[in-house]
Amino acid sequence: MDLHNISLISFGYFENNILGIIADDIGQEFNFPVRILEGHLDLSEFYDPARHQYNGNMLLKEVDTRYAAESFKTLGLFNVDLFIPILTFIFGQAFLQGRTGIASVYRLSNERYGMKMDEELLLNRTRKEVIHELGHTFGLIHCSIPSCVMRSSTYVEDIDQKSRFLCTKCRSEMGMGKL
Amino acid sequence: MMRKISILIVDDEESVRDSLFNWFMEDGYRVECAENAKKALTILESESYDIVLADIKMPGMDGLEMMRRIKALKKDSIIIVMTAFATVDTAVQALKDGAFDYVTKPFDPDDLSHLIRNASKQITLSEENEILKKKVVLLENTEDLIGESEAMKQVLQEVESVAQSNSSVIITGESGTGKELIARVIHSNSPRKFFPFVIVHCGALTESLLESELFGHEKGAFTGAMYNRKGRFEMADSGSIFLDEISTISSKMQVELLRVLQTKTFVRVGGNKDITSDFRVICATNRDLKSMVEEGSFREDLYYRLNVVNIVVPPLRQRIGDIPLLVDYFIKKYCNSMNLPFVPIDPPALARLEEYQYPGNIRELENMIERAIVIGNGKKIYLRDLPLDKDKVQSTIESLDDLEKGHIFLILNKYSWNISRSAKALNVDRVTLYNKIKKYDLKPGK
Repeated sequence: MDLHNISLISFGYFENNILGIIADDIGQEFNFPVRILEGHLDLSEFYDPARHQYNGNMLLKEVDTRYAAESFKTLGLFNVDLFIPILTFIFGQAFLQGRTGIASVYRLSNERYGMKMDEELLLNRTRKEVIHELGHTFGLIHCSIPSCVMRSSTYVEDIDQKSRFLCTKCRSEMGMGKL
Repeated sequence: MMRKISILIVDDEESVRDSLFNWFMEDGYRVECAENAKKALTILESESYDIVLADIKMPGMDGLEMMRRIKALKKDSIIIVMTAFATVDTAVQALKDGAFDYVTKPFDPDDLSHLIRNASKQITLSEENEILKKKVVLLENTEDLIGESEAMKQVLQEVESVAQSNSSVIITGESGTGKELIARVIHSNSPRKFFPFVIVHCGALTESLLESELFGHEKGAFTGAMYNRKGRFEMADSGSIFLDEISTISSKMQVELLRVLQTKTFVRVGGNKDITSDFRVICATNRDLKSMVEEGSFREDLYYRLNVVNIVVPPLRQRIGDIPLLVDYFIKKYCNSMNLPFVPIDPPALARLEEYQYPGNIRELENMIERAIVIGNGKKIYLRDLPLDKDKVQSTIESLDDLEKGHIFLILNKYSWNISRSAKALNVDRVTLYNKIKKYDLKPGK
């Protein structure tokens, strides 16, 4: 058990060293060592046949119960379509000021919207989403600054508009200095 | 700085409550949940929420009935109803009953964000509207401060210099001299001007009522306390509190008040939670507080705590020079409000007004002018239109010296202490007038 690092746990297959790049981003943004782990969950338990989606609330709780005790913060990365009961879909979610967050690449890829595959864009969207959810675990709420990674995004286009970095205000709220 | 919007989620499904709770917490809102309508109404009795997001179908009381009850408590509540089984009938009914919006579960994340953003915008606009309305009233009141006499100029100068500070102020003056108006002007010229100006008429309340009024109370604190209530100190947070007739408060309240002024912290009647509020105190009295301290009827420590700055508002009989200006101002004010053309005053009537003693001060003069406009012929105000109390025109002075002193003082004030004009009016030379001023120790405003 190492409570001085952040765990990035993959649930499913991710191509082209995407996890390594994201781990580097997390390390730089939060100033913690990051380890990459492979998670094992039977996702069929979280599948809602009526909605053809996976229950994000239940997955978040499961990742928190099974994996979070081993790290300071834990982020579970999925490639399935996530929902919460009240919303049609989510890109990810986290326990505010908690230990755990989850994110999914499913709705981040261009192909889902009938557009040409763009691996670089997918990587950029994923790293922003992962840092955004981890930001919530550090107690950060949505930020009004357009370029801040903590800006709320309800469409992929919103994600493209923001940077993958925390703004000065969010950094100072976390007790961190300027980059 | 925008305040945090609060949201109450009412839904019998735990997963829905949890989902919305987490979603709104991440957005920085203050969020509370209730699993049924009854619990929601209990929560709303003790605390108000900006937005209520409620399910329609719930066991027991349904969302529509709950909405009607919330609306009965607070007409302008923003309630958004949600349902998994949308029908046009229920949607129409919900909107007819005053729902802000109606959504079908599950909703798109963007729709939810838009919905709350629109509701927040409406709340912010309503609040801004209220603040602006109050500001307009304050600005109108500031214009009401009329006077070019030396005594009034001194008061205005003091008001100007004290307004920017955070010091406690005591305004002393006879009844009707405009102490509350002075307090408003201090507040509206201070950095606190965009925050509340809360007035408490201490003399009109019994000790226990005053305690509840100032500190607020918790539900059940005493018979009839059916709901939690914010006190005036809490309401004046970031603003100013005006304690009128401060000399009338009991010894017990003096102790309580002193403690609150020292710590800016208090507890509601029947409560146990410390509440902190940042307010500025402005007091008014028509009594001589210093004499009350010497007599032992007013606490010395409280007196010094309140009396950082003392503004003395002169009675109208000491600022006779302002009477023509005030008369003109009140005629314009009431003619405007009654949609009448300007009604001039007959010179003999004005001269009589300048001789009057005004036991009721400016309030009395204002009432006289209003009455004269109402009962007059609409062309001119004559002496017969003025309800002057003859006794108050007559002098109560007995010695000749006092009579001379009073008359010289009156003329000096009338001509704003212009020695040449006053001497001419008195039919004496300037040296004689200077000698009389020295003899009677006359000073502007004194």
